[in-house]
Amino acid sequence: MNAPVQKLTVKDMSSDQEVRWCPGCGDYAILKTIQKLMPELDVPRENMVFISGIGCSSRFPYYMNTYGFHTIHGRAPAIASGVKLANPELDVWVITGDGDGLSIGGNHLLHVLRRNVDLQILLFNNEIYGLTKGQYSPTSRVGTTSPSTPNGSIDLPLRPCTFAIGAGARFVARSIDTETKHMTPLLERAHDHKGASFVEIYQNCPVYNDGIFDYIKDKKKAAESRLLLENGSPMTFGSDNEKGIRLDPKTIRLEVVTIGEDGVTLEDILVHDESNKVMAQMLAELKGPDFPEPIGVLYCNPAESYEADVYEQRELVRRTSGAPDINALLRGGHTWTVG
Amino acid sequence: MSVVEDLASTSSKSRVVCDVVIRFAGDSGDGMQLTGNNFTEATAIYGNDLATFPDFPAEIRAPAGATFGVSAFQIYFGSEGVTTAGDDVDVLVAMNPAALITNLGDLVNGGLVVVDEGAFTAKNLVKAGYENNPLEDGSLDAYRLMSIDIGKQVLEAVKPFGLSHKFALRCKNMWTLGLVMWLFERSRDSTIDGLKKKFAAKPEIADANVAALNAGHAYAETAELPSGIEVYKVPRAEVAPGLYRNTTGTEALSYGLLAGGQLASLPIVFASYPITPASGLLHTLSDEKQFDLVTFQAEDEIAAVCAAIGASFAGSLGVTSSSGPGISLKGEAISLACATELPLIIVNTQRGGPSTGLPTKTEQSDLNQALFGRHADTSLPVIASSTCADCFDVAIEAVRIATTFTTPVIILSDGYVANASEPWCVPDFNDYEPFPVEFASDPEGFSPANRNPDTLARIWAKPGTPGLEHRIGGIEKDYETGDISYDPDNHQKMTDVRKSKIDNIANFIPAQTVDQGNESGELVVVGWGSTYGAIRQGVKRCREEGMDVSHIHVRYMWPLPSNLEALLKGFKKILVPEMNMGQFVDVIRSQFLVDAQPLNKVSGQPFKIREIEAEIKAQLESQS
Repeated sequence: MNAPVQKLTVKDMSSDQEVRWCPGCGDYAILKTIQKLMPELDVPRENMVFISGIGCSSRFPYYMNTYGFHTIHGRAPAIASGVKLANPELDVWVITGDGDGLSIGGNHLLHVLRRNVDLQILLFNNEIYGLTKGQYSPTSRVGTTSPSTPNGSIDLPLRPCTFAIGAGARFVARSIDTETKHMTPLLERAHDHKGASFVEIYQNCPVYNDGIFDYIKDKKKAAESRLLLENGSPMTFGSDNEKGIRLDPKTIRLEVVTIGEDGVTLEDILVHDESNKVMAQMLAELKGPDFPEPIGVLYCNPAESYEADVYEQRELVRRTSGAPDINALLRGGHTWTVG
Repeated sequence: MSVVEDLASTSSKSRVVCDVVIRFAGDSGDGMQLTGNNFTEATAIYGNDLATFPDFPAEIRAPAGATFGVSAFQIYFGSEGVTTAGDDVDVLVAMNPAALITNLGDLVNGGLVVVDEGAFTAKNLVKAGYENNPLEDGSLDAYRLMSIDIGKQVLEAVKPFGLSHKFALRCKNMWTLGLVMWLFERSRDSTIDGLKKKFAAKPEIADANVAALNAGHAYAETAELPSGIEVYKVPRAEVAPGLYRNTTGTEALSYGLLAGGQLASLPIVFASYPITPASGLLHTLSDEKQFDLVTFQAEDEIAAVCAAIGASFAGSLGVTSSSGPGISLKGEAISLACATELPLIIVNTQRGGPSTGLPTKTEQSDLNQALFGRHADTSLPVIASSTCADCFDVAIEAVRIATTFTTPVIILSDGYVANASEPWCVPDFNDYEPFPVEFASDPEGFSPANRNPDTLARIWAKPGTPGLEHRIGGIEKDYETGDISYDPDNHQKMTDVRKSKIDNIANFIPAQTVDQGNESGELVVVGWGSTYGAIRQGVKRCREEGMDVSHIHVRYMWPLPSNLEALLKGFKKILVPEMNMGQFVDVIRSQFLVDAQPLNKVSGQPFKIREIEAEIKAQLESQS
């Protein structure tokens, strides 16, 4: 293959398969964003691999003109780990949802993050089971009515970013399905991050959970409901950036304050530090309507990836071990000769 | 034990026997497995044929003196072909009352029992359930008894090394081993070398153990042994010339996987999750990083098989291993590998079930699971290893079939084959024919659904290959394009082709042979897996008595060899012994419409030779 390398386009990234999500599904926007992003990454197309589990979001690989594997429910992180162990050169993306990644596959998500396998894990959170026709999910808010919870759900929802940080993830971020401008650089950073990068994407399901994220997606409400994170900058929000997040040292809690009121100045506002895990945990817990919800990179603290360490350890062993010789292996230890 | 001749005239009393069964039994902390392994190595070096049976409790350190904590190691060795660990015990070493009470029933009348009398305390007797001390109440009169306060002897022997009382007493097993080695004229050299290597960092521990070993040996040599106790001479076995080593099934299977990987020119990703008695494979392979191999201890059984599938998708050979309960968890993913037609090897080291069952005991009750234990029509090849050494070739065969036909393959081993050891005439790897995998590389006319017309194997195109970008998955795919398809006729066609591909493997495996006896006749005993040794000996003994009985041992459990039906139909009667309630016999009956009869045993223990013999006789005597 000595043909001159031509820059890929969105068209090159689209497979010939008809996209079969419901009209208005947030997945379309995410797909388009990623199809546009991929040619910008310094990765040959043949090294791109998309791996998914089961659910609406997990149909994603069929629509990418890359290598793809639509696997079984919840297990994409485990399959992707095997892919990276076999060939660390591949650029592997895991596409999952709130049911796939946090319910049936919770254990695998926990461990792939803990191990820090070099993957981009995108969790499309629509707070509902779409493909099985609308049952509540582990991220559904208390009181969600669904075919399986006709009187409202009772159990507390899981917060994906809290889960990820708790599991030991070293890159945790959040974006919104239709916010291409926000998501594109975010995913680029997730891609450049060595190790497991976890991105929660708020995603609207127009059929079973429509409008669940309107409070934050609506442009008119965005200023009040989004806390746009920028490393090294004070965490302010509001239509005039007049509000901010302050740490109350007495209660060790975050609080919303208004600059210029009660003697609050910009100096009092907490400055975002991506490498601060405690701060990241507190940010991940912020939710509306009492707080704006953090959008952007909550936590970034890179370390060597699992598969890189695996191969490095193997190299170290090989410096002193014998050659990979089957006959020598069979004759290792005690032998004796007859006749 | 068969006595050949008494050699009363020699200076030390000794007699020649052609085979002996020894069982070492003690607390799980007494080091009986180590003792047994050392004796095995010395016996192999001496030149006897042998087979072993380690039998240990599920508890790691059961309370001292408890009957459920007894760990035993049995070795059968002799001057003729040995294929089982032996039926009855000739020599029993019992390190405490619990070991005696749980093992005495297997000792032959007149057999030798060596006990540590220091361990026969009132407390230990109660724990074992003895009302009276068996060393004193005459209940051992039917046996020859060597009652020695081993603890006292050991403390004396290791005094110069200044060990604590606790550490000094840990040398009891080596003292006992020294004594038994004298009885059978084994050399202590390999044990001494082993101890020095094992305790290289703690020379005083090594020296104390060596001193204990020598003291036990000297004790036997110089002490006035009770009448009837003498040195046994077991003549060397006449075995085929060659280079030998001892191997467990676990080792041979691990090496076979590595060898298969080289023959296929493929790297291996071995992903597993700890489970008794399968973990040994993960341990052995994790220590062989010089090979083109990555091992991965996953978070659970499902992740293990999924990582292996991911590795196969990416162009390595994915291998996973477990035991029955773990294989249940892997079932859904194995079906995914069937649907996506990726190579995958699943090793099942079977144990007693159902559920947790008898984790450290052996059984063959996962055959139905291997053949049928998945959702939907997911036929896949199943092959079974019959002996420790056979595991090597079975593993290579599994790699060959998985890669040639792009399919998951299940290897059935079991706790007995995995843990037992036997001498192995080491093969020359250069004699094995390579079967290198060729990945797809040409974008011209490429479809992920393309098949090899002979094998029906789906094309294997790995990520990283330019121009072959494609998607696979669990949804049914179009026969031509590999795209998602819900078309009814296409689903029928795809199901048919997946089945045909597996059925067709019968044309690519060796024809079934008859292990022993004629190719037709009155009775054939059909076995599979680790019952090989017991069936072989049982049939041999019956044939020596003139009975018309043959032995067929099946390796390829699915698809069955294409000549098996004709072979079986040449016999008037078919007997199928299995360590389950009749799983293979059902397969044979349903596949060939023959009146095969079962012989079942699920006690967690392997078949005894005489159990096979008795059933052969019963079958031949009964009127059909």
